[in-house]
Amino acid sequence: MTVTNHTEKTDTVNVVIDGIEMEVPKGTLVIRAAEQIGIEIPRFCDHPLLTPVAACRACLIEIDGVPKPQPACAQVLSDGMNVRTQRSSEMARIAQEGVMEFLLVNHPLDCPVCDKGGECPLQNQAMSVGRSDSRFEGEKRTFPKPINVNAQVLLDRERCVSCARCTRFAEEIAGDASLELLERGSQQQVGTANDEPFDSYFSGNVVQICPVGALTSSSYRFRSRPFDLVSVPTTCEHCAAGCSLRTDYRRGTVTRRLAWDDPEVNEEWSCDKGRFAFAYLANGRIESPLIRENGELRSASWPEAMHFAAAGLAAAGATAVLVGGRATVEDAYAYSKFARIVLGSDNLDFRARASSTEEAEFLAAHVAGTKIDVTYRDVETASQVLLVGFEPEDESPIVFLRLRKSVKKGLKVHTVGPLYSLGSEKLSANWIEANAGCEGQAITGLDSTVIGALDSKSIIFVGERAASSPGALSAVSQLGSQTGARIAWVPRRAGERGALDAGAIAGLLPGGRPISDSAARAEIAQVWNIDPESLPNVGLTGTELVTAIAEGSINAVVSAGIDPADLPNGAELLAGIENADFVVALENHHSEITQRASVVFPVAVVTEKSGSFTNWEGRSKPFSAAFREALTLTDAGVLSMLASAMDLQLNGDTRALRKELNSLQPWSGSRANVNTHEFSAPVGTTLATWRLLIDSGVMQEGEPHLAATARPSFAVVSAGMFEQLGQPELITVTGAKGSITLPVQVSEVSSDSVWLPMNSPDSHIYSQLGCGYGEVVSVKGGAA
Amino acid sequence: MKLTPVITEHWDDPALYTLDGYKSHGGYEALAKALKSDPDAIIATVKDSGLRGRGGAGFPTGLKWSFVPQNDGKPHYLVVNADESEPGACKDVPIMMANPHALIEGVIITSFAIRANHAFIYIRGEVPAAVRKVAFAVKQARDAGLIGKNIQGSGFDLEVTVHAGAGAYICGEETALLDSLEGYRGQPRLKPPFPAVAGLYSSPTVINNVETLANIPYIIDRGVEWFRQFGTEKSPGFKVFAVSGHVQRPGIYEAPLGITMRELLDFAGGMRPGAELKFWLPGGSSVPMLTADHLDLPLTYEAMAEAGSMLGTGTPMIFDQTVSVVKAVTRWLEFYKHESCGKCTPCREGTYWITGVLEKFEHGHGTAVEMETLNTLCGQIAGRSFCALGDAAATPYPAAIKYFSDEFTAATHTSADEQFDPIASYVFSGARAQ
Repeated sequence: MTVTNHTEKTDTVNVVIDGIEMEVPKGTLVIRAAEQIGIEIPRFCDHPLLTPVAACRACLIEIDGVPKPQPACAQVLSDGMNVRTQRSSEMARIAQEGVMEFLLVNHPLDCPVCDKGGECPLQNQAMSVGRSDSRFEGEKRTFPKPINVNAQVLLDRERCVSCARCTRFAEEIAGDASLELLERGSQQQVGTANDEPFDSYFSGNVVQICPVGALTSSSYRFRSRPFDLVSVPTTCEHCAAGCSLRTDYRRGTVTRRLAWDDPEVNEEWSCDKGRFAFAYLANGRIESPLIRENGELRSASWPEAMHFAAAGLAAAGATAVLVGGRATVEDAYAYSKFARIVLGSDNLDFRARASSTEEAEFLAAHVAGTKIDVTYRDVETASQVLLVGFEPEDESPIVFLRLRKSVKKGLKVHTVGPLYSLGSEKLSANWIEANAGCEGQAITGLDSTVIGALDSKSIIFVGERAASSPGALSAVSQLGSQTGARIAWVPRRAGERGALDAGAIAGLLPGGRPISDSAARAEIAQVWNIDPESLPNVGLTGTELVTAIAEGSINAVVSAGIDPADLPNGAELLAGIENADFVVALENHHSEITQRASVVFPVAVVTEKSGSFTNWEGRSKPFSAAFREALTLTDAGVLSMLASAMDLQLNGDTRALRKELNSLQPWSGSRANVNTHEFSAPVGTTLATWRLLIDSGVMQEGEPHLAATARPSFAVVSAGMFEQLGQPELITVTGAKGSITLPVQVSEVSSDSVWLPMNSPDSHIYSQLGCGYGEVVSVKGGAA
Repeated sequence: MKLTPVITEHWDDPALYTLDGYKSHGGYEALAKALKSDPDAIIATVKDSGLRGRGGAGFPTGLKWSFVPQNDGKPHYLVVNADESEPGACKDVPIMMANPHALIEGVIITSFAIRANHAFIYIRGEVPAAVRKVAFAVKQARDAGLIGKNIQGSGFDLEVTVHAGAGAYICGEETALLDSLEGYRGQPRLKPPFPAVAGLYSSPTVINNVETLANIPYIIDRGVEWFRQFGTEKSPGFKVFAVSGHVQRPGIYEAPLGITMRELLDFAGGMRPGAELKFWLPGGSSVPMLTADHLDLPLTYEAMAEAGSMLGTGTPMIFDQTVSVVKAVTRWLEFYKHESCGKCTPCREGTYWITGVLEKFEHGHGTAVEMETLNTLCGQIAGRSFCALGDAAATPYPAAIKYFSDEFTAATHTSADEQFDPIASYVFSGARAQ
């Protein structure tokens, strides 16, 4: 009995803060406990996600029995502690006032021209705990202003209060420790070594956590006052991480985006792409429906375009629907329904990228329509993590941050792939070397010490690239059942997981229901209020689908959010589109497809519509429209009108679609197994490649500062290959279609692979080389 | 009271800095004795001796050693704080120059006691001569098998690394010193954890001053009773007093703790001819100044604290009537402003502000309001800064105003140089002082 009581007692401590009795978990800091009872202690260096430094001294409080004031941000509460904040202690009040007065000594007080004015913790706290006037009459120290710490982040050193949040973020969270405090005393300043740029995918976070106006972004500087902005919570559309963001806009234009607080997902961070890549939302939009007449696209009214499209589709024979990764869950669900009900077709795929039948099987077996299983939090308690065909820093940066956080607490990460990347290094990962395309073999041949360590608390992360490595996904599936390790599929694009769950892929109805299963067909037919017999049979996906379009056996296409440049067989697709009888494109911006489409409908971007994205966890992340007055239609709205024009019913209301989808219980019937797929054993040098986080992606257009922070394009080879090629400065990689020549970088690359960025300046793999990941290329030193 | 040369006893021997020279005076006999005894017994002896840290804070040395957790499976380290940078302090450097082996013997015994197999000597980088002397002594000791594997057959291994600092006063703060030693920017660390638990490379670490460690061989060799015959109950032992300023013979005077400043002044030949003492500081610029009224107080940790000052490093600075207090305080604050590491707000901004105001006073442009402002500013730093550097910076002005407020009032209209001929205070212008 006493033992039990004792255990309970050690878990919490009883304390008093400003006369209020509290019971808090052991180890709680004074500043956090005070927040819980609504007492705000001023702070600058304190940040709940960074380790305490107690440097700014703004949070000094009094503790009974302790002669000197103590920093609340670093003071751990102990049982019986009686704390007095500025509310009940004169000592604390005077100490805080003194620190605040000091903080303003060398601060320029240029609030009227400072971007932070209006949302500035220094301004606010100077008002709440500072003196009403200044006694300082001396000369303030100044610095030339501003300087770039990188292309996107600007630093006004004279405004800095040396809280070190930015430098601690860089070191502790991002792992890009190149931002540091330099010099000393009042000359102390933030800077980088040798004035090299602060190279980080997460650099924008330092702007957001800066408690003064010292760090600002090139894109937002001098654009607006915070109190003139309207803020709307949103979900990031750039990847499958599912970050909560805040969109701030003014007079119908987005001025900035900030990371918003979601402790389950992005905590308080975001990557630079999510934060800064929003110019595309406004730039170069398609403004009205267009129809092709005499070979030329011309503007048309909505009714005219609708009838034109309806007639064209009705006249077509075999049809296909291609949905890109930008679709929200609701839009993807509308495409899924539209294809099956209106077009009577199951030729459908959301994977606007390299894909495989093996992947489709894997997704049907493990992912489609499943509930949340592996979560971000699970990463923190995982025993081991194995990465397969997945480069978290580039392909899901928030997963990378959570991995890093866990690695710092002792998590072991293994990565299977052809390159031991910068990201792997930051995760102190164990590299399981595999030539590009040979991941499957590497997994089946895993060392017994690695396999032995995998258990039900381990996680296998599989990225989209695994689809390009024959046998990899079936090997992962096998490894999962062999060891009990849980499998998490992390697609790159925001819409993929939702589209999969919504059944926007041939063979799968919503909720992971096999279209070949009669019970599944019946369930869906009931919800859709149609005859199960009218549902189409299994259609085509991936390569087969593209081939069918190219060959003309499918002669009408509905295309949304597709960039042929993203597909290994994009040229083939484009040729098919060119020759197809009828092509309907639903797009935000013009593309190779709209240029060849019969009819083009402009659709809403994320700021103009509500909807949701399902992140890789399977977590639904809904968002509402920032611009409620926007007149643009969602994809679902256009499809609904199109259905009407074809005398069919399809509710295009986002909320109705979500409600209907949510009403579907998860599929309880049997799922297909993943067949064992043969490994390919390429002979020669294979191409290793993936998309860098910041690259030539179309959604990053119009933001030159962001683009300038991209990693430069290099061809990365092993030291052995570098020697073999005669230590050239440039190397040329040649594929089926052509060559790419880039400066060489020597790193840890498996001996028979060469790594190139997939879609970066001077390195567009599919269009320039005409081959993809894991395919054989030839490499030579020097230019072509 | 008499002088009691112990560490300084054989400084007239020019060969003392060599191993042979040191050994000829009984050096390394304490080590042989120590290696045959039990580490815990050594800790107990040092505890019993009551030896207090000679770096300024006066923390009981044996107690500090006993904080190191034993059998914790982690490596332990001894770090010697030889970054003597305090204005007015000049005792560790002379010890390292004249008698480096006393330090090294102390290092070996201490490492043995706290079970450290690696000791680091962090020496102020501005005195390369001392770095060379200590490095030479370490080499000689290593060549003689006093450092290295299985020292004198005891089974005890010790490596000693001599490291030169890069010129920052803050690196004399023990945790900043550890950061600097690890290759980081020298800034003080948040405590807890304390270095005894997680110090150098997050391992248990003892950080001791040079003079403290130089005491160790003598305590081990001659015993607790011998040591305690010097000094007082709370401040036992002897002290290497380094007297500087306007005295006839500035220099090192080793005497029991409890000796008075008046006695030390006599040893130093008194004030220079015709000069009278105006104010003095018992141990570096970081301790509050005292006046002639305090000359008969015993120089002990407790008596100095009672008088509102501190023994500090035990290196008295003596100033005569030619010195402007305003100017002296300004120079010190300029030093602290220059050396403030920048980590915490009160020290970084406070030293900047105070120095600016003091410079106004120095030029005769101060105001009565600013005298009060300076007082409150010092109050806003003391006890609120991250480490003791801020506290030190907040010390000179309040002490000066306590005894010499008239001078600051005069500085509201007359510059320090007009009040006090600067040439007169120079050491070489003794004649003019008359």
